[in-house]
Amino acid sequence: MAEAAAHDHDDHRPHGWVRWVYSTNHKDIGTLYLIFAIIAGIIGGALSVAIRMELQEPGIQIFSGLAQMVYGMQGDAAIDGGKSMYNAFGAAHGLIMIFFMVMPALIGGFANWMVPIMIGAPDMAFPRMNNISFWLLPPAFILLLSSMFVPSAPGAFGPGGGWTIYPPLSTSGQPGPALDLAILSIHIAGASSILGAINFITTIFNMRAPGMTLHKMPLFAWAVLITAFLLLLSLPVLAGAITMLLTDRNFGTAFFVPDQGGDPILFQHLFWFFGHPEVYILILPGFGIISHIVSTFSKKPVFGYLGMAYAMVAIGAVGFIVWAHHMYTTGLSLDTQRYFVFATMVIAVPTGVKIFSWIATMWGGSISFKPPMLWALGFIFLFTIGGVTGVQLANAGLDRSLHDTYFVIAHFHYVLSLGAVFAIFAGWYYWFPKMTGYMYSPVIANTHFWVTFVGVNLIFFPQHFLGLAGMPRRTVDYPDAFAGWNMVSSYGSYIAAVGVAIFLYGVFDAFQKKRVAGANPWGEGATTLEWQLPSPPPFHQWEQLPKIK
Amino acid sequence: MRKFLASAKFLAGTAASAVLFSGAAARADQPREWEISFQDPATDLMRQIERFGNYTMWFIVPITILVLVLLLVCIVRFRASANPVPSKTAHNTLIEVIWTVGPVIVLLLIAIPSFQLLTAQYTPPEEAKLTVKATGNQWNWDYEYQVDKTFSFNSAVLQDGDRAKAGKEDRALYPRLLAVDNELVVPVNTTTRVLITATDVIHSFAVPSFGIKMDAVPGRTNETWFKAEKEGLYYGQCSQLCGKDHAFMPIAVRVVSDAQFKTWLETAKTDVPAANKALMAEIDGTKKVAAAGN
Repeated sequence: MAEAAAHDHDDHRPHGWVRWVYSTNHKDIGTLYLIFAIIAGIIGGALSVAIRMELQEPGIQIFSGLAQMVYGMQGDAAIDGGKSMYNAFGAAHGLIMIFFMVMPALIGGFANWMVPIMIGAPDMAFPRMNNISFWLLPPAFILLLSSMFVPSAPGAFGPGGGWTIYPPLSTSGQPGPALDLAILSIHIAGASSILGAINFITTIFNMRAPGMTLHKMPLFAWAVLITAFLLLLSLPVLAGAITMLLTDRNFGTAFFVPDQGGDPILFQHLFWFFGHPEVYILILPGFGIISHIVSTFSKKPVFGYLGMAYAMVAIGAVGFIVWAHHMYTTGLSLDTQRYFVFATMVIAVPTGVKIFSWIATMWGGSISFKPPMLWALGFIFLFTIGGVTGVQLANAGLDRSLHDTYFVIAHFHYVLSLGAVFAIFAGWYYWFPKMTGYMYSPVIANTHFWVTFVGVNLIFFPQHFLGLAGMPRRTVDYPDAFAGWNMVSSYGSYIAAVGVAIFLYGVFDAFQKKRVAGANPWGEGATTLEWQLPSPPPFHQWEQLPKIK
Repeated sequence: MRKFLASAKFLAGTAASAVLFSGAAARADQPREWEISFQDPATDLMRQIERFGNYTMWFIVPITILVLVLLLVCIVRFRASANPVPSKTAHNTLIEVIWTVGPVIVLLLIAIPSFQLLTAQYTPPEEAKLTVKATGNQWNWDYEYQVDKTFSFNSAVLQDGDRAKAGKEDRALYPRLLAVDNELVVPVNTTTRVLITATDVIHSFAVPSFGIKMDAVPGRTNETWFKAEKEGLYYGQCSQLCGKDHAFMPIAVRVVSDAQFKTWLETAKTDVPAANKALMAEIDGTKKVAAAGN
């Protein structure tokens, strides 16, 4: 990418490492975010493949050996260390995929790159803050990765409490420094996201080109605006909760210590007050991307634009008042559960509006099935499956049987791993020619799609069955009766891993072959402002502000 | 209903070989190989959960199929080669109202039985006749019987080395990771209250075929109840990540006849292992008689 941009000679333009490390340019920072997300995604994905390898058969096969290799443990200590290592892998997989893969890719990457261009702004409102937003992430990531190699519980390494880090398992249950490093990592990643959110809100409210009212703004910009508000309102609550965790662990406070007047459930309320908006933070930018792609490749404007925009506003708003549906089994009172059942079901309505509006956008269109469209179609169908199982889980009475089983794992991977990640790849194949100036091989991109589609469905569909049959999540070993579907699920993960390799090869191929993409490879359907600029766009765009009719 | 769930899942596009594998060797009380739906209910409450779960399938499967069909229609009818000139329609108030109101109606239809189920779970049909307290520890359970002379014992996963000594060599009846050394023993058709707490970290007391799951939280006592309808052995597992051996703290409930329970209880007050041994011998005996009678 450095090479591609090196052709135009701008006097004020930094070169070499200074360009990237000191960068205040939204496109360069977006590129850094995308590269970071790819690296983190590969690491987080590798962790999940290790988990699936362990679960391929009953018994403990992989992690005792891993503990031997990595921590130098022997015999029974290696088995015990392996069990804890499995838990640490699960926690790290979740945290990495959420904070270091999906969020950097969608918000830091695509939103940074495209939102200023789409709204006709020369750059983000606070370019230097944009720089620090990105550069907070690598140290956060290094903290999390290094936490894997320091002690947690006796005879164990790494933060082994799941990504939800519930106390007391994350306080008295794991006194070693691993959890402290993980908490600080989340603090820093959270600060990075809050700064990014402030930047996006300011940019979108103040830097739209003349004539671009909020109601004319592209849906991706809408999605990012709403996401930024969710981040701004929810992350401070998480920061507070994990700060209390930190002081409970190190300075003798007792916010979550029951025998000193604290309450472990308080942490869960605080965590999910952040955690539920967080899942919408992960998916809303994807909604925006899918809207653009569906409209572009159907050669039709988005159906029901205002409904689409306000459906996202509704999802974001209601997302703040449903958090305790993650806590139906904690002993909430009957009335509390009734309320959260009701509130949670409400979210299905705006989500349905979005699904049907995407289909209506296609209806009557002239659809070409380029790779981004393939990923978008996959997204719509798979997100629907994840959505309807979400409606089931919303019912506390039914959730009694499904809570903390693999059914939940299947549900949230359908909306995130098959939803958000499909949206990321859709966006990647949509904007890659714009960002780099090169067109990728559509054959490789299509192969990537089909291999991934088969792989992820093989992983996660059978997990519905495991959950119904009662298999609890987060277990390193399971009763032999669960072996069959676990084996299928594991094979699926190997296929999905092949998909990642194809993706990387496709990127390599695109940079090697250097097929020139042109300003607008997608034709008349691509109407947003980024397609009016050359590919890649100039270092500074819109020196003459575009006029929106 | 169970069949419907199976066929619905099948329609939703899975490898259907499952149907062929399931069904054999049906035990009511533990997971089975290639199982694709709930374990068989052993309480009325679990039957209600299963019924409600199947009821929701009547909505979500057609909705998923509807979306799939609409997508396929778009793909076939509106592909560029079949429809070169796109329409410019971007609004239709009527259809937008329909797809907003439609889901609202569906959700109401789901919500009504959902609230009934939820209420039933918190409304035992009668005052509990037996109260046991389950305390989660890393990584085993303590069961305390709150009877005239309160007593308690520990229940941990059955180690393979102890199978012979415990007389639990039948791996179909006492599966790996589900079987324990001392089961929770309760009488059949008796409303049993379970008080649930923990000593160290959060655990969760779950028995799938009873339809119960309740977190064991240090510093608070949660409560749930069940009324098992059939004698037998029922298994569950700790359902909240609790550290290294989270996968190795199963829950086993032995539901016995009233008479068997009374005998067991009297001995257990002073000697739990002896009570268990006598109970197992008696159950084995009645089984043999039943088998001979067939």
